[in-house]
Amino acid sequence: MGAFMFVDTKTQRRASARAAPGPRRFRLGESRGAMGLLFMLPAAAVLLLFLAYPLGLGVWLGMTDTRVGRAGQYIGIENYEMLWTDSVFWTSVFNTLLYTVVASIAKFALGLWLALLLNRHLPFKAFLRAIVLLPWIVPTALSAIAFWWIYDSQFSIISWSLTRLGLIEHNINFLGDPAWARASVIIANVWRGIPFVAITLLAGLQTIPPSLYEAATIDGATPWQRFRYVTFPMLTPIIAVVMTFSVLFTFTDFQLIYVLTRGGPLNATHLMATLSFQRAIPGGNLGEGAAIAVTMIPFLLSAILFSYFGLQRRRWQHGGND
Amino acid sequence: MGFREDGKGTEFTRRDVLKAGAAVAAFGAGLAGAGLGHVGTAVAQQQDMHFEPEKGAELRILRWKKFVQGDEDGWNANTQKFTEKTGVKVRIDAESWEDIRPKAAVAANVGSGPDIIFGWFDDPHQYPDKLVDLTDLATYLGNKYGGWYEAPKRYGMRDGKWIGLPVGAAGNCIVYRKSWLNEAGFETMPRDTDGFLKACQAMAKKGHPAGFALGNAVGDGNTWTHSILWAFGGRMVDDQNNVVINSPETVRALEYVAELYKTFAPGTLSWLDPNNNKAFLAGEIGVTANGISVYYSAKSSQDPAMQAMAKDIEHANMPVGPVGRPTELHLFTQAMVFRHSKYPNAAKEYLRFMMEKDQYEPWQQAAIGYITHPLAAYESNPIWTVDPKHTPYRDTVKNMLWNGYSGKLGPASAAAMADYVVVNMFAEAASGQQTPKEAAARAERRAARYYKV
Repeated sequence: MGAFMFVDTKTQRRASARAAPGPRRFRLGESRGAMGLLFMLPAAAVLLLFLAYPLGLGVWLGMTDTRVGRAGQYIGIENYEMLWTDSVFWTSVFNTLLYTVVASIAKFALGLWLALLLNRHLPFKAFLRAIVLLPWIVPTALSAIAFWWIYDSQFSIISWSLTRLGLIEHNINFLGDPAWARASVIIANVWRGIPFVAITLLAGLQTIPPSLYEAATIDGATPWQRFRYVTFPMLTPIIAVVMTFSVLFTFTDFQLIYVLTRGGPLNATHLMATLSFQRAIPGGNLGEGAAIAVTMIPFLLSAILFSYFGLQRRRWQHGGND
Repeated sequence: MGFREDGKGTEFTRRDVLKAGAAVAAFGAGLAGAGLGHVGTAVAQQQDMHFEPEKGAELRILRWKKFVQGDEDGWNANTQKFTEKTGVKVRIDAESWEDIRPKAAVAANVGSGPDIIFGWFDDPHQYPDKLVDLTDLATYLGNKYGGWYEAPKRYGMRDGKWIGLPVGAAGNCIVYRKSWLNEAGFETMPRDTDGFLKACQAMAKKGHPAGFALGNAVGDGNTWTHSILWAFGGRMVDDQNNVVINSPETVRALEYVAELYKTFAPGTLSWLDPNNNKAFLAGEIGVTANGISVYYSAKSSQDPAMQAMAKDIEHANMPVGPVGRPTELHLFTQAMVFRHSKYPNAAKEYLRFMMEKDQYEPWQQAAIGYITHPLAAYESNPIWTVDPKHTPYRDTVKNMLWNGYSGKLGPASAAAMADYVVVNMFAEAASGQQTPKEAAARAERRAARYYKV
């Protein structure tokens, strides 16, 4: 066998060519494009099987009246027509947009601030950076339970502390009042999401060459000008990526709401994802649940396209104008 | 004689194991209909039914996680007995009770999974054609044990066949602190809705508010709100599944709860299932609706303060409203044997064994009555009288109506409950976010989406 290992490739190629049924097939084997296609097939198969197929199935289910345990029939856009007149659905759309926009902006602002702080020379720098990651590492279900206690209408540590300090007389109704509830779940989401933004931006900050700062300093730039004209433009590619992910994670959040409120009070914290689950699984209307999930696609697609085109705008990223 | 099942239907064979041959016809001929549970109780006492497990049978069971430790211990001990007796190995997986429904739904959809699932409420009615017909077993048990109560029959049967085997309910009662009620000028908890409201108002004045879940609490939110809705004559749908929730009766129920809400501790709009237990045990509220688990927690605690509280805890059935009869809703569980099971006979035999007196009563005792029977004969279980505080729970299933009362159980009733239509309606009216009339009209629009067909 070993002898065959040292066969001259030219000879072998000629032999293969002779053995091949036709010259056309030989050219395909030689073609870089064909080989590329071949190498991409496994990845394509995975994508098709685990992403495209479920997505296609979801879209299809959204156009059927499938229930749990019963195959549905095609009903066109009836599910969407029903959702159009469903006040709870529109509440969930509003909640989702509010949740995503407010939480994403807060996560970005606080994450960037934290990243800038951590980028300085601090004592116990590595330790601090590890600590900062904790909220993101803790399983969401666990941190949500912690927040559930923190926001408890009777046993909240915040209410308890403020009462002891004489600042309030009655416990704060964190999850029982629609406005408070929305704010509370957003804060919990921000707490959990900051580390992802901060650590990723920190990585970005460390790739900025110190010489740029030196040059700016020599030119007499103030700290704000150094941030505005050096740090920020250099960070924009990574900001685009990190914020795309952050928006996607926030938009599709489920666990936090499910543990804290189940969408209450009065559906004030129902997100599209939680409503989709509620209607599809406990409610048994798989078709309607899928339709709600499908209505999330345009929003998610917009976020992705924003990031895609943002990433393409090289001049803007490097501080120029479009 | 026994039954053999091939997954497509039930077939009688010569090996059918019905030891009392004379009584076979009484249930074999299809006495599965409503009301027949009481037929032939005396005869049935002599009957003994048995299903011959398939050779090499093993069972996989999905059951809700214990609410009280004794429940699991008692159930597992009985299962062990079953395995020793029949040689059929049984594996029990336990999940949080709210996670059973999605898992059962997946099992039904994919046609694979546990042989038996202990589901909730209208689960069997969501996928009746995926379930093994349990008419023979249910008829036998009904005949032998004094008959099924009315609501379990509604839950278990569809088109004259039993598709689920009622196992019992985690009954809800009014749980209150007797000393605080006495302090407020009441000797016992009034049994009517008006008196109950006055008692709650008096207790709240003394600094002991009530607390009932108005958040999206699957169990504690749905049960008490439905009970009050029905107590005033309100209904989601009529007998023909026409949506009738927007009615003067519903509005009266909403007005009542708006008054009752004024006696609540703050934050009940956010309450999920565990909140009222926590608040009650912490002494933050003096009245709530709950299973026996609050009392169980206090009684079994090592803390002398909690033991003292247990002595002060009393229970009463849910108040009766203007309709003049009990109208309760409870978390109701029933066993479903799936057609995908390779061992339907073993599954039926397991359920038969577990529901027989020798097993069922000790299990109820182990769980200190957390589960109330669906079969009338178990009213005499000593667990209900050994401690007078247990007694109200005895009648919870007898007093029960079914989800989607007074319509038919099915996907619509399940979907309306899952979407918290009734809970949200009460929460909107109680909190003043909508007037009672607006809340009822909104609930009507939401319910109509599910009952449209």
